[in-house]
Amino acid sequence: MLEIKDIWKTFNAGTTNEKVALQGVSLTLADGDFVTVIGGNGAGKSTLMNAVAGVYPVDQGTITIGGTDVTRLPEHRRAPYIGRVFQDPMMGTAASMQIEENLALAARRGQKRGLGWSITKAEREEYHTLLGTLGLGLEERMTSKVGLLSGGQRQALTLLMATLRKPKLLLLDEHTAALDPKTAAKVLETTETIVRRDKLTTLMITHNMRDAIAHGNRLIMMFEGRIAVDVSGEEKKKLTVEGLLELFSKASGSDEADDKLLLS
Amino acid sequence: MDFLSALLKSMPGAAAQGFIWGLMAIGVYITYRILDVADLTVDGSMATGGAVCVMLIRGGVNPWLALLCAFLAGMAAGCVTGLFHTACGIPAILAGILTQLALYSVNLRILGWGTGGGKANQALNVQNYDILVSSRYVREVGLQNPLVLLAVFTAAGIGLLYWFFGTERGCALRATGSNPNMARAQGIDTDSCKVLGLMLSNGIVALSGALLAQYNGTADVSSGRGAIVIGLAAVIIGEVVLGKVFRNFALKLAAVSVGAIIYYIVIQVVLRLGLNTDDLKLLTALVVAVFLAVPYWKGKYFSKPVRKEAADHA
Repeated sequence: MLEIKDIWKTFNAGTTNEKVALQGVSLTLADGDFVTVIGGNGAGKSTLMNAVAGVYPVDQGTITIGGTDVTRLPEHRRAPYIGRVFQDPMMGTAASMQIEENLALAARRGQKRGLGWSITKAEREEYHTLLGTLGLGLEERMTSKVGLLSGGQRQALTLLMATLRKPKLLLLDEHTAALDPKTAAKVLETTETIVRRDKLTTLMITHNMRDAIAHGNRLIMMFEGRIAVDVSGEEKKKLTVEGLLELFSKASGSDEADDKLLLS
Repeated sequence: MDFLSALLKSMPGAAAQGFIWGLMAIGVYITYRILDVADLTVDGSMATGGAVCVMLIRGGVNPWLALLCAFLAGMAAGCVTGLFHTACGIPAILAGILTQLALYSVNLRILGWGTGGGKANQALNVQNYDILVSSRYVREVGLQNPLVLLAVFTAAGIGLLYWFFGTERGCALRATGSNPNMARAQGIDTDSCKVLGLMLSNGIVALSGALLAQYNGTADVSSGRGAIVIGLAAVIIGEVVLGKVFRNFALKLAAVSVGAIIYYIVIQVVLRLGLNTDDLKLLTALVVAVFLAVPYWKGKYFSKPVRKEAADHA
């Protein structure tokens, strides 16, 4: 479903702040793969995700989603294939617009936006039911401005928006990191439910090793702009935090990275 | 007594000016409040609208058609600013200033059409030409009173915008202004939305400029000077006076128009009280500065503690 071939990305090339964020990353996701991504700060996790989403162009390499080469497409033209949830709860929704308006915007991802009404009666009913599945009571507040919601509510709504029209690829960029532990667990649970139900091909960055091990059928760990560890299938199922750290030390050839990873 | 009767006599004129500038302020509202861009093009496109309209009417064109052409000319100006901003990467404020400056020359050329050079103003006598709104009839009772048509214009404008911003495309524009990251993630081309918004805004501003020129019976190259500030004043006054009551989008636009009328009534009062006309722009600028500063001060010095949850990890 997703095919990343040897992508490179350097920020501030030619200056003292030069940072090689991605050094020839290649990754292929099969249909329905749920891949968790971990790694310390600056390992290139977010850069990888933003490169796939088209936030910035890559210097080299190709990105293909569902057979379509999107390497040269701007962000908004990749959106039809991709559902995204960001780390910052403020980023995924329009605060000054209503809950139902946000959903209606997401429902038209990848479609032409004409002069028809932005939301229909049938849609309202559909959204009412969908919001009900979140169990947050948002279905009774459909005309409330999103800016009035809490961070957790906004992330849950963003998740719903990202998956409202089944995307070919779901990108979750530490989407629970800014939430309190209880809300984070709830949002993660909702994520798991939706991903399983719709069999979504998913790439999920997380800071939490336990979450990375508990979710998905494949786990990759990034280090210095490369994929250092790639575990899947039975091996992934049996993985423990200790085992993961050991794998990582072997792959990166250093022990100090352990602390960096654990502390981050 | 003299003071009061003179003031009362000036009220219809103030209301007419308020309606015209209210339309202009609605244009400013689209960029400033919906798109979240401070667009300075309007100082130029206001005069462009007047110039285009007056020259066409002088050339024998139907005044309604002349208004439409003024609207289109304003859209073209907005398009230039939009392309400066999106295609050339120039910051929005600077893009607006560039277009505004360029329009000064363009406006001179329009007003000097046929003379081979530029001209700073052109008169339009209501006796010789068919004019839709004229200050001459502002105190008369009847349909020729410009207030009638201006009220209709304002209502129609608000109605059309209410409809537009309720459509899929209008919502895309609102999303672009509210959160461009989210908009792009939902497949909205934020660049083209910005261009479209700037075009719409400047079209309305130019239309208002065309009405002003007809009303005053003259088009002047400097008629738009400081228009952005008057527009902002109207937006802010409307929000301060009616913001708590008017929550619906159409009513918010109506509040902008009311804000402009209040502005012109206040201006009449202070002028009658003896303020020198020359000091008017200073006063307006100061009033707008204070009203823009108050919400900031409120947030800075009188704010309640904000939820920390999101800010911690940002």
